[in-house]
Amino acid sequence: MKPEKRSLTLGFIPLTDCAPIVIAQELGYFAVEGLNVALSREASWATLRDKLSLGILDAAHMLAPMPIASTLGLSGFARPMVTALSLGVNGNAVTVSSALYARMLEADFAAAVDPRLSARALQRVIEIDRREGREPMTFAMVFPFSMHNYELRYWLASAGIDPETDIRPVVVPPAQMVANLRAGTIDGCCVGEPWNLLARAEGIGRTVVTGQDIWRNKPEKVLAVGREWAERHPRTHQALLRALIRAARWLDDPVNGEHAAALLSAPGYIGVDATLIAASLPGAEQPDRAPDRNGRPVVNPSCFFASAATFPWRSHAMWILTQMYRWGQLEQPVDIGALAGSVYLGGLYREVAAQIGIDAPAIDVKIEGAHSEPWTLPEAAHPIAMAPDTFMDGRQFDPAHCVEYLQAFDIRALRTGIDAGAAANQ
Amino acid sequence: MRTPGKPLRIMLVDRLPERTNTVEQALSAAGHQVVARVMAGGDLAADVAAVSPDVIIIDIDSPDRDTLEHMRTISRERPRPVVMFTNDDNASTIRSAVRAGVSAYVVDGLHASRVLPVLEVAIARFEEFQAMRDELEQTKSTLAERKLVEKAKGVLMRQTRMDEEAAYKAMRKMAMDRNIKIVDLARTLIAATELLEPQGRKRGP
Repeated sequence: MKPEKRSLTLGFIPLTDCAPIVIAQELGYFAVEGLNVALSREASWATLRDKLSLGILDAAHMLAPMPIASTLGLSGFARPMVTALSLGVNGNAVTVSSALYARMLEADFAAAVDPRLSARALQRVIEIDRREGREPMTFAMVFPFSMHNYELRYWLASAGIDPETDIRPVVVPPAQMVANLRAGTIDGCCVGEPWNLLARAEGIGRTVVTGQDIWRNKPEKVLAVGREWAERHPRTHQALLRALIRAARWLDDPVNGEHAAALLSAPGYIGVDATLIAASLPGAEQPDRAPDRNGRPVVNPSCFFASAATFPWRSHAMWILTQMYRWGQLEQPVDIGALAGSVYLGGLYREVAAQIGIDAPAIDVKIEGAHSEPWTLPEAAHPIAMAPDTFMDGRQFDPAHCVEYLQAFDIRALRTGIDAGAAANQ
Repeated sequence: MRTPGKPLRIMLVDRLPERTNTVEQALSAAGHQVVARVMAGGDLAADVAAVSPDVIIIDIDSPDRDTLEHMRTISRERPRPVVMFTNDDNASTIRSAVRAGVSAYVVDGLHASRVLPVLEVAIARFEEFQAMRDELEQTKSTLAERKLVEKAKGVLMRQTRMDEEAAYKAMRKMAMDRNIKIVDLARTLIAATELLEPQGRKRGP
């Protein structure tokens, strides 16, 4: 069965987790599928999104919330998009300037050195600033519809910090994050690797909490295509998915880390030192990070394949939609389950995984945050070994009870009533 | 909303100053006012808040686009820039804008039809600039190709004692026989020679 379209252009942003796309290209996984792929490095998520919407790109490396936002018309051109593949989990962290870290240590030492409590130390610093009449500090992330935005806000709100009023939230492009920390135009940021590692290596910032501390093995990037494109090119889409799943599996083998880092460090891809990239790939240890309070080293590498990391969990999309409600990005109520199911295509993933003999979850939705230890997913042809998925505050997200989940948060900035949300989610 | 005809206050965000110059001239000639010119990497959110433009014209390869996208979602930000055209009515304009390498944001309340002429001016200037660059690139690469062919010809003359014209004819014939460009043949010939005559190894007396 030949693909309908052989010559494709795929967009990506220079970040560690563009790795499956780069590896599929460099190691010939696309070519094996009969695809002739050109990669296009984009300077912003907005431009990547516009080019995908206009058909200039066939598929793209996207922040997990972006296909949902585009489908809803919240971000740029209103265009239904779909994803049948997660491009990996984990990988972000919150890094603060060395000056702010020193103030956090002084204000609340015990909290500052404990990732899960670190926001409390920040809250103490904010209180001092407020008493002394200082302007709110500036925190950056990478895009309004990003896991970074929701993680940063989740972490801040966990200590009673209102991300809309107690700090000034801004967007700074990932590659400019370190320069902005150095210049003092931002006080902290939530960004993907290798930029946290670079800030640390240059001695201008300190990672206080990782995405892994906030929500273990949380979703991060996806492969997005237009819904219409997917309908017109089902075989091409499947070929792309097969190539990328194979590349993700190759990447997860720690033996390949050095090779992968060398390829990714090329100027046309990420263009930073290979040793920094290697430190954010599967299996990497980060000796620079202090161990957590249980004495375990804190590692936050991306995970590309293990524990069903390539599966597009509908419950991930549903959680993202709860955060769109929570932070006022939704001005009209939407049916969370129906929308998530129309964008995240677990069924297509299963079809493709079966073609290449890979075990896939037989369910699309799971309770997020229910597993503090490694566990086994029985709903699969062969049970799948899964990783922990707990949130920093011990909350659980049961997709059957989205409205109750939202109501339980003290800090939120809803623009459409929870009641309206409840009606749409009957 | 402003009354039609009143000049728009425009902010230009572009890393290429020469291009900014031509866009600014064209917009001024059309009766608008360029109130700020910004390169990249600063605090764009603060600049936009301070200048409060009606329209922001931005180089599509500027990473700062994401900063503008975010301002819209923060309720206390004023002004709140919105990317131009979010429906299919203007798909062809937005497509030509993206291909020319430009994007535009308008502040809340300003009708897209008012801004369309501004974007069209910017698209035209960006396209001209691109054409000029392409031409320059073309000239450069033609020159580089000519140099390669000359070099290959020299190799052939040295190795075979052909004269210049014969060497060129031989190369042209081989390229035609193999259905490849003469510059590609020249590249292959030079690469092969480098392999056969590694640097430092002198040929015999």
